[in-house]
Amino acid sequence: MKVSLDWLQQYVDLDASASDLADALTMAGLEVEAVLDPYRHMESVVIGRIIQTKPHPNADKLFCCEVDIGSKTVQVVCGAPNAEAGINAPCAMPGAVLASGMTVEKSEIRGQFSEGMLCSEAELALGDDASGLMQINAEHAPGMPLARALGLSDTVFEIGLTPNRPDCLSHIGVAREISALRAKPLRIPDIPPADGPEKIAEHTSVTIEDPDLCPRYAAALVFEISVGPSPAWLQRRLRAVGLKPINNIVDITNYVMMETGQPLHAFDFDRLEQHRIVVRTPRAENTFTTLDGKSRELDAQTLLICDGKKPVAIAGVMGGQNSEIMETTTRVLIESACFNPVSIRKTAKRMGISTDASFRFERGVDPEGTVYAMNRAADLMAELTGGTRINGIIDEHPRPTPQKTISVSCQRANRHLGTRLERDEMAAYLESVAFSVALPETDQLAVTPPSFRVDVDRPEDIMEEIARLRGYNRIPTTFPRLTARAEPPAQMVERKEQIRGLIAGFGFYETINYAFTAAQAADRLELATGDPRRNAENLLNPLSEEQALMRTTLMPGLLETARKNISRQEKDLKLFELGKAFYKTKHHELPHEVEMLAAVWTGARRPAAWHTAAEPCDFYDIKGAFESLLFGLGLEKFTCSQMPESGCSYTRSGRTAQVRLGDTYLGLIGEIKASVLKQFGIRQPVFVFEAHLEALISCLPETPEFTPIPKFPAMARDITLIVENRIEAGEILNSVRGMETGLIEDVYLFDVYSGEPIPAGRKSLSIRVVYRSHTHTLEDAQVNELHRQITDSLLAAFDAELPA
Amino acid sequence: MSKPIEQIREEALAELSQAGDADAIRALWVKYLGRKGEVTGFLRNISELPKDQRPAAGKRANEVKKELESTFNESLERLAGQTGQYSEAIDVSLPGRPAPLGTLHPITRITRLISRVFARMGFGIAEGPEVESDYYNFEALNIPKNHPARDMQDTFYVSDNVVLRTHTSPIQVRYMEAHDPPIRIIAPGKVYRCDSDLTHTPMFHQVEGLLVDENVSFGDLKGVLTAFVHQVFDIQTSLRFRPSFFPFTEPSAEVDIQCVICRGSGCKVCSHTGWLEVLGCGMVHPVVFENVGYDTNRYSGFAFGMGVERIAMLKYGINDIRMFFENDIRFLRQF
Repeated sequence: MKVSLDWLQQYVDLDASASDLADALTMAGLEVEAVLDPYRHMESVVIGRIIQTKPHPNADKLFCCEVDIGSKTVQVVCGAPNAEAGINAPCAMPGAVLASGMTVEKSEIRGQFSEGMLCSEAELALGDDASGLMQINAEHAPGMPLARALGLSDTVFEIGLTPNRPDCLSHIGVAREISALRAKPLRIPDIPPADGPEKIAEHTSVTIEDPDLCPRYAAALVFEISVGPSPAWLQRRLRAVGLKPINNIVDITNYVMMETGQPLHAFDFDRLEQHRIVVRTPRAENTFTTLDGKSRELDAQTLLICDGKKPVAIAGVMGGQNSEIMETTTRVLIESACFNPVSIRKTAKRMGISTDASFRFERGVDPEGTVYAMNRAADLMAELTGGTRINGIIDEHPRPTPQKTISVSCQRANRHLGTRLERDEMAAYLESVAFSVALPETDQLAVTPPSFRVDVDRPEDIMEEIARLRGYNRIPTTFPRLTARAEPPAQMVERKEQIRGLIAGFGFYETINYAFTAAQAADRLELATGDPRRNAENLLNPLSEEQALMRTTLMPGLLETARKNISRQEKDLKLFELGKAFYKTKHHELPHEVEMLAAVWTGARRPAAWHTAAEPCDFYDIKGAFESLLFGLGLEKFTCSQMPESGCSYTRSGRTAQVRLGDTYLGLIGEIKASVLKQFGIRQPVFVFEAHLEALISCLPETPEFTPIPKFPAMARDITLIVENRIEAGEILNSVRGMETGLIEDVYLFDVYSGEPIPAGRKSLSIRVVYRSHTHTLEDAQVNELHRQITDSLLAAFDAELPA
Repeated sequence: MSKPIEQIREEALAELSQAGDADAIRALWVKYLGRKGEVTGFLRNISELPKDQRPAAGKRANEVKKELESTFNESLERLAGQTGQYSEAIDVSLPGRPAPLGTLHPITRITRLISRVFARMGFGIAEGPEVESDYYNFEALNIPKNHPARDMQDTFYVSDNVVLRTHTSPIQVRYMEAHDPPIRIIAPGKVYRCDSDLTHTPMFHQVEGLLVDENVSFGDLKGVLTAFVHQVFDIQTSLRFRPSFFPFTEPSAEVDIQCVICRGSGCKVCSHTGWLEVLGCGMVHPVVFENVGYDTNRYSGFAFGMGVERIAMLKYGINDIRMFFENDIRFLRQF
């Protein structure tokens, strides 16, 4: 919403600088987002005095004028008939922007240099006269900025109004705020009473068929008007607040809307069949052509303004082409109405339009301001267009808005705000913005808000008003008295933080990718048809195809991020993300949201340095990171085994591990398939792990359990087994761990070897078993016997041999 | 018997005084004290002396041996103490073998910072769904369908009744439904708005806060947020509260802080106003309390919300919000 200070001064004295006023409004809740100078485009327009003119050598109708612009004399080519030596005229210098939007530049016109442009009123949007140069009083010295010479100065505030303050969508509304903030009287234009008997009923009538959608409709008639351009002052004001002048009738309706906040519409009375207005929803009509020439589809709820036969406007949104003001219009019906905000909003949304009128109606116009605004417009039309007002008005008002009185306890208000205001002070603040206040009994305020404050309903609204006018910064800053209480830890939140810290500590960089993904992401990952990750939530209004649905896995986002970084020559990457995946559900409205963790590792294992050559990372690097994470979280007894062929579509089969704790699936570790890498445009191996955080976190022990430090020494014995390649080391280790001897403390693999002299298709695995008793020092013989039993059972279970 | 022990001693000390480096000293050690050294030889051949001289010579030779040992050692230690001279020196300026080190995303870091400040004030942490019903995202927060306040947020829709949450405020409602006052929580999380340009990303992060108890006032809201700003920025940062509108709070306020870049004198970051908008807040609207079944006569409370990216941009001097979601490793490495 733009307001012009020059215009505001009509209603209230502005006794402070623009920046002080802007500050005061901002601190009262009307945020001034920008302070603009509507005449900035005229900065480069100065007064030029024509010293002499001579005919243009190559053009009959042009002159070459020598123009004094104060600092120097320049040549300007001009075609105006009144370009004579001795006159003062506006001279637009390079950089000036004309009404047409054209920017003036130095130019050559038919071989003659022109350093600027001498202008008419119309070219500068200062008036309508386009017949010749605008003549400026000769008293003004050449070179003076034109805006200064003409006293054209204004400041425009761009106010970011919150939706609760439609009363300030007008100059009078903003002036009222200023009058309260600066304690200056508010001046609202008087409307002279009409003389003579009422005549309007002889000419027209208004019928409201749906009073719920149109609680009030007022109409006035102005005859014998002549349509033409508005006077310059009016055009200037409209332009200053960003409206384009059209013709005097339309301009006056816009002007009064910007003045009072009440949207108005002017119909060509003679194009209204049966010369009457009917407010109703569609009967047989399906479409309607609005002022902008577009055909609009109507639905059963669209409120229409009709004449005796057909629709002539979409109520509160836009008028129709069939009744718009034309150059030949001589008789006008002015509409000033109240419409149901929800109905207007629905219609405007459905049609995808927002007009100054619909914007105001949606937020709520003053139900008691209808007639004032209409009379104001009718008077201006009579005054400015040579028209005659038909005496009287029509005011159909089937649903008057009841006045509401709100009781507020001063004590409660003070407690709520943290203030110690007296009742009289509260009353004074409210009265300054036109609330009526009665003081019925001790501690009570009975407040009747003015009709234009459609936002005020409850005691809290009154408290806010008091606080706002008092100034939030004058409310004492206190601290709540809080009960000492330890909030229970949010386990999920804390675990996520712990996990982030651990993984970052392993050298991974945290990323945050958009939770949206492309519809093709599932195909790029080669997910099977029935894969639950194909069951994504689609957005009805996505920003792009690449962000059309909610992700069901973090993989595409991470791979995409890897690709972008690789393309920037950052080829060694360790990235992770922790975030949600979303699965559509059959039986619930909301999708199932699952916390996920994923990491990728590509490029070098570690940066090349003087002590280490760069080696490419592999499966066991990322596996180690995942294992360390699980160890760090206190999990030890998880297992990693070969993922079945169908288990994961985007990792290499045979090179993917599933990680489980007992029966619980925790996640996978693998290498991305070549075909999938190609889909993502990546040309280097990428290793990943992916975990279901909720499953993982639910398995975590709350506190580690302490085991006493052993008092007796351990004894270690090794076994080397030669087994077939298909035997997984993990199986052998697990089988040893599973033996109930009570003496095995640890089992681990310390060597893997294949090649000579091991036969092809087999490998040798060396395992160390650590034995310890917590009650005594083990004897060699005991350990040797146990170790022999274990060795024998492994040889049998895995079809293994001992080395030759 | 070639040389007397005293002569051996003097020669050894004289040679030592000429020895310039550790190798020379070690050579002297071998020459005098080694297995075939002169002192060792003297001791070995002591039986060649007349019987009556043997005890005194032996005693003296052992004294000399000890003296030379300790003198040689002292010289070696003295040399080792001189930097750059000692031949066992290494190039300590070579980079060490690094322990791996990644980083947390700046949004995570700032969310942690914010959470910890409020945790010190006794706030717990709550979370909620990112895909949310219209009821929790709007209706329960006093934003009815077809209300212009819905225009304040461009909403992504999953269906007519399901949206991507446009703010973290629905967590307030869910939390109040499940808990009775007193309540003191913050709720960090992702939020979504259908808006993407130089200064907006369609996904960003907020932290919501809610405190409900008996006798909570707007002044208390000012106190808590002032303490917060002073901890996140610094104690010199001044704040101003100005009236605003959120359908779920009344009175509502925007909190501006003095520009952290120019300290209020006006710069590009604060659009030459000297102030930066960082928080929205207000007293919980009675309609919201009614929607969760709280007694509005007994309880009052306040809620606030802030954009994490905004605060991160101010703290780190980041000038483009889109950087957060580009995940350029050269950006991530800096945190």
